[in-house]
Amino acid sequence: MAELQRTPLYDLHLELGAKMVPFAGYDMPVQYPLGVMKEHLHCRAEAGLFDVSHMGQVILRGAGAAAGLEALIPQDVIGLEAERQRYGFFTNEAGGIEDDLMFANRGDHLFLVVNAGCKEADVARMRAALEPDVSVEFIENRALLALQGPAAEAALVVLAPEVAKMKFMDVATVSLNGAECWVSRSGYTGEDGFEISVPVDAAVELTRILLSDERVEPIGLGARDSLRLEAGLCLYSHDIDAATGPVEAALTWGIQKVRRTGGAREGGFPGADVILGQMAEGVARKRVGLLPEGRAPMREGTELFADAEGDGAIGVVTSGAFGPSLQAPMAMGYVPSDMSAVGTRLFGEVRGKRLPVQVAKLPFIPANFKR
Amino acid sequence: MKFTEEHEWLREEDGLIVVGITEHASEQLGDVVFIDLPEEGTEVTKDEEICVIESVKAASDILAPLDGEIVEVNSMLVDEPSKVNDDPLGDAWFFKMKPSDLSPMDDYMDEAAYKKFVG
Repeated sequence: MAELQRTPLYDLHLELGAKMVPFAGYDMPVQYPLGVMKEHLHCRAEAGLFDVSHMGQVILRGAGAAAGLEALIPQDVIGLEAERQRYGFFTNEAGGIEDDLMFANRGDHLFLVVNAGCKEADVARMRAALEPDVSVEFIENRALLALQGPAAEAALVVLAPEVAKMKFMDVATVSLNGAECWVSRSGYTGEDGFEISVPVDAAVELTRILLSDERVEPIGLGARDSLRLEAGLCLYSHDIDAATGPVEAALTWGIQKVRRTGGAREGGFPGADVILGQMAEGVARKRVGLLPEGRAPMREGTELFADAEGDGAIGVVTSGAFGPSLQAPMAMGYVPSDMSAVGTRLFGEVRGKRLPVQVAKLPFIPANFKR
Repeated sequence: MKFTEEHEWLREEDGLIVVGITEHASEQLGDVVFIDLPEEGTEVTKDEEICVIESVKAASDILAPLDGEIVEVNSMLVDEPSKVNDDPLGDAWFFKMKPSDLSPMDDYMDEAAYKKFVG
């Protein structure tokens, strides 16, 4: 087995008493002494600080960068205003999703954040596809922090008053404790907050300063997962993957009008025929929220059935956990489109027993963004 | 009190054996969110999986530590699974059983041996 990589905050995680686990090739904190449940609730009540330095940070520079990226993703990149960020996904020729990402227009370049497990492939894909006048720079000298929760703004304003002006999905260059940081007002918890790209040599000190604020607690991957699931957000290679398209995944809100059928820059991304065809004609299965009626969590891989007995599985759970804020088990999964209406009663097979579960609206916990 | 390698504790009380999980086990599991208990009156065989306990992280099984009959279960845990984290050795017992064979008790660890076992 290949040796696990460490983020610049590795020693600090150990000092804070984190329990470390392998994740996407990195040795990462799954929880701190507070524990998953309390970390989750603290993030929704005040603020949590996450080390997400394992994720890939990439800069695209050159006149053709936006047009070049549009050839790989079905989003409006050219029309993205300066100092703004957008959610997107790389597609393949079959119409599946190769990775999901955030991309920002930082004036003279595009800044991308991609998943840890896909970052090498994403960089290789962009280097192969983009014109030679577009440089693809893999940023390895920066850590990435996420400060999330209703008190995130108050905690960051102490270091940089100007972040108070930022709105959801704004990006800015901000000096934090003397370090040039690339800040976006975004995250993956459903809460207001910031993602902060900080030079490696300034990362530990900045983290210590943020944690010295009594409103801020370090949060591990365990609570990160339950927070994003309550927020109805997909985890790549679980809820979406190369064999699943954005229409099935209920992510068509992320495809802007200009790239859709009839738009000024219609298609022109991998799998456009398939994906635009599915938008027009519909798909056989869809990603939905699921609320078990009982208390038993339905974990990833739980098979779904239309009835309490007989017949084969009609779908599967792709993420499932107990929701600490919801105070109930919750899940996401894929079901046939004609069974995807909210309120449809299905059955999930847990340890040989078929337990009732209802198709539910996502997100489970309303988002708390600063619009 | 006796302890098993499966991190269960056993305590004799009025001719019955009360069974729960150890503090070490509850810490390793993390926050407990769901418990599925056996039915009262069930005849069980040693090492049979009779309870399911789910934490924020994963599901694990509780094995019957002895042959016998389940005479009482702690139904409070169904509504308040977090009790397992708060008071694993006290209020959060899982079930009481009437053993039909007590001989495995001799093989189970005392507190000192269990402490050594979990390091």
